[in-house]
Amino acid sequence: MQPLTNRSKLVVQKEMTFMERIYLPAILKGMAITLSHFFKKKNTVQYPEVQRPIAPVYRGKHVLKRDEQGRERCTACGLCAVACPAEAITMVAAERTKGEENLYREEKYAAVYEINQLRCIFCGLCEEACPKEAIFLTDVITPVETTRKEFVYGKDKLVEPLNQRIDVSKRQSWRMPEQQS
Amino acid sequence: MEDAGTTVMMNQLPFIIFSFIAILMALGTITARNPVYSVLCLILTFFALSGHYVLLNAQFIAVVNLIVYAGAIMVLFLFVLMLLNLNKETEPVKSYLWQISGAIAAGLVLVTLAGALKGASAYMVKGGPEAEGIGLVKNLGKILFSDFVLPFEISSILFLAAMVGAVFIGKREKQEGGANS
Amino acid sequence: MDSALLIEKIVLVLVILGITLLIATYSTYAERKIAAFLQDRQGPNRAGIFGILQPIADAGKMFFKEDLIPAASEKWLFIMGPGIAMFTACMTGAAIPWGTELHVFGYTLHMQIADIDIGILYIIGFVSMGVYGIMIGGWASNNKYSLYGAIRASSQMISYELAMGLSIIAVVMMTGTLSLKEIAAQQHGINWNIWYQPLGFIIFFTCALAECNRAPFDLPECDSELIGGYHTEYSSMKLGFYLFAEYINMFISSAVIATLYFGGYNFPGMDFIESSTLLGWLQFATLFAKIFFFIFVFMWIRWTLPRFRYDQLMHLGWKSLIPLAIVNMLITAAVVLLKSNSF
Repeated sequence: MQPLTNRSKLVVQKEMTFMERIYLPAILKGMAITLSHFFKKKNTVQYPEVQRPIAPVYRGKHVLKRDEQGRERCTACGLCAVACPAEAITMVAAERTKGEENLYREEKYAAVYEINQLRCIFCGLCEEACPKEAIFLTDVITPVETTRKEFVYGKDKLVEPLNQRIDVSKRQSWRMPEQQS
Repeated sequence: MEDAGTTVMMNQLPFIIFSFIAILMALGTITARNPVYSVLCLILTFFALSGHYVLLNAQFIAVVNLIVYAGAIMVLFLFVLMLLNLNKETEPVKSYLWQISGAIAAGLVLVTLAGALKGASAYMVKGGPEAEGIGLVKNLGKILFSDFVLPFEISSILFLAAMVGAVFIGKREKQEGGANS
Repeated sequence: MDSALLIEKIVLVLVILGITLLIATYSTYAERKIAAFLQDRQGPNRAGIFGILQPIADAGKMFFKEDLIPAASEKWLFIMGPGIAMFTACMTGAAIPWGTELHVFGYTLHMQIADIDIGILYIIGFVSMGVYGIMIGGWASNNKYSLYGAIRASSQMISYELAMGLSIIAVVMMTGTLSLKEIAAQQHGINWNIWYQPLGFIIFFTCALAECNRAPFDLPECDSELIGGYHTEYSSMKLGFYLFAEYINMFISSAVIATLYFGGYNFPGMDFIESSTLLGWLQFATLFAKIFFFIFVFMWIRWTLPRFRYDQLMHLGWKSLIPLAIVNMLITAAVVLLKSNSF
């Protein structure tokens, strides 16, 4: 049979020689190997001070984007919830009333929008499904909480704050060709 | 007078303490309901006896007593007792006949020992300068290999016989129960 | 006994005990650091600079953890177990010569707590006592894993004590004394016993690993099979005592190895040092340098070799080490006999 790699080794069970049976040479060899590692460069990244660069398409905490005029883009169509394989997203839709045009872009909006971060697998399918470019995954890592309840993120944690806009252009540019076609 | 009295007391104090521990623990050995406690009491008895040997300036015997009896034989005892599921329910009920016969046998042993010791007491008090450091290794070794060479060698042959016997028993069992190997 | 000697001895006991505990504490740090370095990691480096305060943080954690005593355990013995382990571990240091003489503030300190003429037997005796702490603790826990650990510990200790004793006998025959002080004094300069007893040293070192329950002989506590072995049920400072006792044993074993085979406090070129004060301190430092080296080797071995299987352990002990030790003893006896006849 053709070997798949050239690394395969034939297993032979032969009698050990005297040198092998006294073990000491093998032990010393092993100890030499570990000692050589003693002086090697350490691989550890000192996390809070040093952070590893993350990929431009990293999928972290979600954000509900606003448009250029600061209006929420989400129209509560529910496609993200349908797309979600972990069933982490729930929402309650409401109709926009008069005078709220500066708050919501569409006539229907999400009154309640919740993502359970414990269920979420950060696959990004919600982002793919969204027809309004409202939900994006950012490079922010979900922080640690002490209770399960706190992991259910409501709109207060998800909607992009007006005074500090979150840049998702990297993810948009990654999506652009698909959108155009 | 009083000063001399306190010195005697001071010299005897370790002896009194060790004797007290030895007797108390020996009583504990035979009265403890749990065999593991019994063995532990016996170990402490050996410790107290070693203390006595040290007081008699026989350090070698003291330490060998600890190594051989407390360190090896008692570990084996404890080892076996820990593996047995000994509790009050499984303790066999012995009839009065057995108890009485046991008491008579033990009494006879006591009488024999007392008789033997009574005869031997004449040789025991043999002070003098040459007996001063007999417990020290050098003197003990010299005496063992000059005055007492025959009993010493005979006892070593006894040990050899015991060792051969143990090996023989181990070998035979292995042949019969081949599945064990 | 005059009071000056008594005070000197008490001071020495306290100092040695303090050093022992300090070294055992920092052995935990060294172990983690060395393990990390051998595995291309950094090790603890958050508590203080280079993580130097880590042992104190660990001790604090141990103290404040909940102290659990299982309901079905033998309470008395359960508490006694770690105490015995700690006690026997600390007792062993008494017979080791930590140096010859040390001049401190005009006093001359003799650096040995008890110069007993059977020092080495004393150490073997207390090392063999050490198994009781493990056995009692393991049995009193009333837990099958603990019992397994206890039983493994006891059979392992008994098996390796034999080979250890036999390898020591060769040294004793060669030097003609059981006193550790004299054994150390005979290895003046670089005239160390290791040059005459290399095989004995290998046997003794292997047995020392086994007696300390260090990897690759850490079967009594092997996590993969027995959870924690004899200390499965222990928590808080009782567990701390068991772990601590192991490190103390390691320290004492290193000291004994250094004294028996590597010249103790002797170092080459010690005759050229005129000042006896300086010599005293240098001897003290030499012994500790040797001890630290052996502690490092203990840890190095632990993070290199995998654990033995139990039958392999017994095989090695009874079928390899004991016959080897007997052969070593016979050869030594023959050489000693020939030498004494020819001169």
